[in-house]
Amino acid sequence: MREPAIRLDGVEKSFGAVRALRGVDLSVDAGECLGLVGHNGAGKSTLMLVLAGTLLPDKGELSAGGAQIQGHWSAAAAQARGIRCVFQELSLCPNLTVAENVRIVHKSLRGFGWKRRARALIAAKLDEIFPGHGIDADGEIAGLPIGQRQMAEVARAFTVTADPLRLAILDEPTSSLDAVTAAQLLAYVRKEAAKGTAIILISHLLGDILRTSDRIVVMKDGKTVAERPAAKFNRNSLVAAMGSEAAQRKHGRAGAIAQPDMPIIVRAAAKPEEPSGELLIRKGEIVGLTGLAGHGQTRMLLRLFAKDGAEVKGAVAFIAGDRQSDGIFHLWSIGQNITVRSLRALSRHGLIDGASEARLAEDWKDRIAIRTPDVNNNILTLSGGNQQKVLFARALGSDAAIILMDDPMRGVDIGTKLEVYGMIREQADAGRTFIWYTTEIEELSHCDRAYVFRNGAISASLGRDELTEERVLQASFAESAAT
Amino acid sequence: MTAFLARLRQQPWIWSFVAALAVWLITIAFTRGQGAGAILTAALAFATFTIIVGLGQMMVISTGPGNVDLSIPATITLSGVVAMKVMDTDTALLPIGIAAALGASLLVGVFNYGLIRLLRIPPIIATLSSSFLILSTAIYYGRGIRIKPPPPLADFATARLFGVPLAALFVLVLSVAMAIVLQRTVYGRSVLASGQNMRAAWLAGLDVDGTRFATYVLSALLAGVCGIVLSGFSGGAALNMGEEFLLASIAVVVIGGTSVAGGRANVPGIWGAALFMYLLVTMLNTFGASAGIRLIMTGLIIIAVIVIAGGEEAQR
Amino acid sequence: MNRRLLRSLLPFISLAVVLAATFYVQPRTMSYFGLNLMLQYAVPIALATIAQMFVITVNDLDLSIGPFVGLVGCIAATLLYTDPLPGVLALLICIAAYAAVGALVHVRNLPSIVVTLGLSFVWLGIAVLILPSPGGKAPDWLKALMAVQIPLVPFPIIAAVTIGIAVHLALMLSSYGAVARGAGGNPRALARAGWSMLQTKMIMYALAGFFGVLSGLSLLGLTTSADAHVADRYTLYSIAGVILGGGEFIGGRVSPMGAVVGALTLALAGSFLIFLRISPDWQIGAQGAILIVVLALRALITYGEARR
Repeated sequence: MREPAIRLDGVEKSFGAVRALRGVDLSVDAGECLGLVGHNGAGKSTLMLVLAGTLLPDKGELSAGGAQIQGHWSAAAAQARGIRCVFQELSLCPNLTVAENVRIVHKSLRGFGWKRRARALIAAKLDEIFPGHGIDADGEIAGLPIGQRQMAEVARAFTVTADPLRLAILDEPTSSLDAVTAAQLLAYVRKEAAKGTAIILISHLLGDILRTSDRIVVMKDGKTVAERPAAKFNRNSLVAAMGSEAAQRKHGRAGAIAQPDMPIIVRAAAKPEEPSGELLIRKGEIVGLTGLAGHGQTRMLLRLFAKDGAEVKGAVAFIAGDRQSDGIFHLWSIGQNITVRSLRALSRHGLIDGASEARLAEDWKDRIAIRTPDVNNNILTLSGGNQQKVLFARALGSDAAIILMDDPMRGVDIGTKLEVYGMIREQADAGRTFIWYTTEIEELSHCDRAYVFRNGAISASLGRDELTEERVLQASFAESAAT
Repeated sequence: MTAFLARLRQQPWIWSFVAALAVWLITIAFTRGQGAGAILTAALAFATFTIIVGLGQMMVISTGPGNVDLSIPATITLSGVVAMKVMDTDTALLPIGIAAALGASLLVGVFNYGLIRLLRIPPIIATLSSSFLILSTAIYYGRGIRIKPPPPLADFATARLFGVPLAALFVLVLSVAMAIVLQRTVYGRSVLASGQNMRAAWLAGLDVDGTRFATYVLSALLAGVCGIVLSGFSGGAALNMGEEFLLASIAVVVIGGTSVAGGRANVPGIWGAALFMYLLVTMLNTFGASAGIRLIMTGLIIIAVIVIAGGEEAQR
Repeated sequence: MNRRLLRSLLPFISLAVVLAATFYVQPRTMSYFGLNLMLQYAVPIALATIAQMFVITVNDLDLSIGPFVGLVGCIAATLLYTDPLPGVLALLICIAAYAAVGALVHVRNLPSIVVTLGLSFVWLGIAVLILPSPGGKAPDWLKALMAVQIPLVPFPIIAAVTIGIAVHLALMLSSYGAVARGAGGNPRALARAGWSMLQTKMIMYALAGFFGVLSGLSLLGLTTSADAHVADRYTLYSIAGVILGGGEFIGGRVSPMGAVVGALTLALAGSFLIFLRISPDWQIGAQGAILIVVLALRALITYGEARR
């Protein structure tokens, strides 16, 4: 028999003038996997924080397990009712071991032998979800690559001690996982749902949502706007429901492929100390770097940026994927965040020219359609997707001839993506070079060609016609047997 | 007008001026208006030194969490000792003395950043350890002799223009220049960007290393300037002349509204805070408070100001 | 070679080197009484360093611990000497005040450096009010405790090891210790897991206050009379001790054993410099140089680790 594991009625939440949630009704049944999609800023993350007890709703009712929640709603109360979350930014303590991080979420892990129990608990769960994960339960989180950290966090959410597990909320749980571990996780989600746990899956990867969910809810502007069984949705109808203006625009490029007679402006060996393939990029190309997550693509970009053991002709700019840690300056305005890469060019006699600076910011606000009334507002007034656009404006507005992109579309909504893809193509046709690390195979359709990375080396160089999911995966695992 | 007031209220530095004004008013209410001007003049004269080093400390603190220059007191002493000894009361040697003192300060800055960058020692510990070395050098070099400053230096440090100390005017010009540097130069923006997020600043193409280097050197140079002027003001260098500036330089920066977490600097606030700190001591002296009460009140008011002015808004 | 292990051993190696150098310069120190004499002041420094470490664990810094240790000495040499019960009460109030400061820092999201900077004036002021000039008397039991003679191993060594192990058990191995360190590593994650950051900070500050009290008492047991300014240097010593012991300012990475060893190293370095007959001008400079050398070594090891 199915009963709602959790139920929201008319939940509202405002931050100052911004109405993040405008009366959301939502319920998830035990044993059901609910897919939640929507643009950045649609209110998904806020909704999740309310469910997790981290934010209190201004209005509306919550009930769990059929009983309305009375009294104080808090993170501790949510935990006690069996609600677990995997947040988009990682919620692990980097200075603690994997086992100690398990202790943080389980109050009952205490007393003599708690560490042994925590270790056994997480090791068993990791083995169950991610066979062959290779994570040491006594390893410090800071020492793990980001993919393994995410695996540890996901596994932690599914461990059970004194409190039951009724509802697991996964916000972009595969953002740092490679294709294999992501598939393992989604398979586990189905298995867990079959055991009667309710699951809310939030993801921008519509394929994952369509394949994994029983039911899909679409959010827009702080409300739920569509709700159907997953089988009644397909990619196009889902995108249409999310209300992306650009949804129907055709992917990919129609333009001419960069001429082979253009000068080579980037040349770098994948690993300087051993033969491992070479990166060779001509002016005006859009070149993808792909393969499983964390196999040396970002390291390559950083080397190109630092011009460390790489031949790079021309100024470079870097577009971060991890906005919080690599990109934005949170105390500054949108305008200052845009112009920071161009300050030298904006200076006259050693002083930054205020009028030119304002002009550059305004110009790019319009060109890349940053949704803000005033570029002098603080950068944090923007939604995540718009913050990402600011990072694009920063790089594209600079004098850089070569733009390095570190998986910049991570967690960005599809409308923003399509706008930016068009802009990249336009700029490449005008002679700019793009080197684009992406974890989404779909995005390779916007590249002229791509290098597949494996263990820090280049395992394949694929031309435009070879850029299929199959070929990329093949090259990603090419030498698995040998190593 | 109300809009102006509302904007003024949002400036983090306004509170330090309000506090300074309040303390001054209470003091002159107590003395029934006697010495109101003299108190202000004296406050300006003494605040000047704190402001000079405060500007340097502000830049250092703005480069990010954990950045602080604890070697300022030792550098003040070293600079004062070197200046007095090289000048040896001879006016003709004044420029050479200044150059020598600033040269020594420059070396301190370079050394500090060397420890931080090359040996990756946290700035607090790096500048603390180097301050021990600097102080020993000053003790060794100074050897307890008290040399008077050459007359022009003493004149400059003590002269007044319509009751305003000349040195204060000089520091005012310096402060305005610093405010412009902060907002309108690549260096200033680099300091603020690095202070918010060092990695993001590097990835935005800013010269983070160069910026931090310049900042530690700047702080040492300003401490050097303070040492020279202070020696002129107080009739020579003393080995403990820098002592009080360790806490004072940090206190004025933070009370003045500069963010301890980095990335936000505030020049006017340093003025308000320095005046406030001095006027506070004056007030307690006027009330005839004992040393213990004076210390307690100073401490409580520093805490009260930071509590009222509010902490950092929740970060990230 | 395991660099990580080497790095965690570095505090112990530094201590061994300084100890060996001291023995070499002044062989007479290589005796029960020699060690006792050289290390006795290490006990209060180690306790103050542990106090500082608790505050550093939650990403704060306590610039008031030195004057606080001085204040505790003043209270103990006057009130505790004459009226034990009110004396104990006063010391408990001191610890409660520390917890309150932790709450204030957390609730108002204040920079701990500034708050404790102000606090250092307050402690000093109260101490000066209690004891305007050096004086007072240490309770006899305190003097007796600090003069305890244990066969074979000098008391300071036993005391230091006991302190180190006790705090290691509490902070590194207990289940609440993991939460406390997690509060330094990722406060947000902790709040999301339903822990009260307010409570955690108050507990850590209260522990700092508690160890500050122990430091003040043990110092008084050695000096037998109190002085408000006697421990002003302890603020710097305690920070340096935590860092020498392998701790980091942010991120909840601390090591109680390391901190104790760091404090011992600092205390020993003082004696070593005296034995070396360095000109008094350079004594303080040499202390700075020792700090730099040890930290440079750590940087070298860490750098090598990063390169691999």
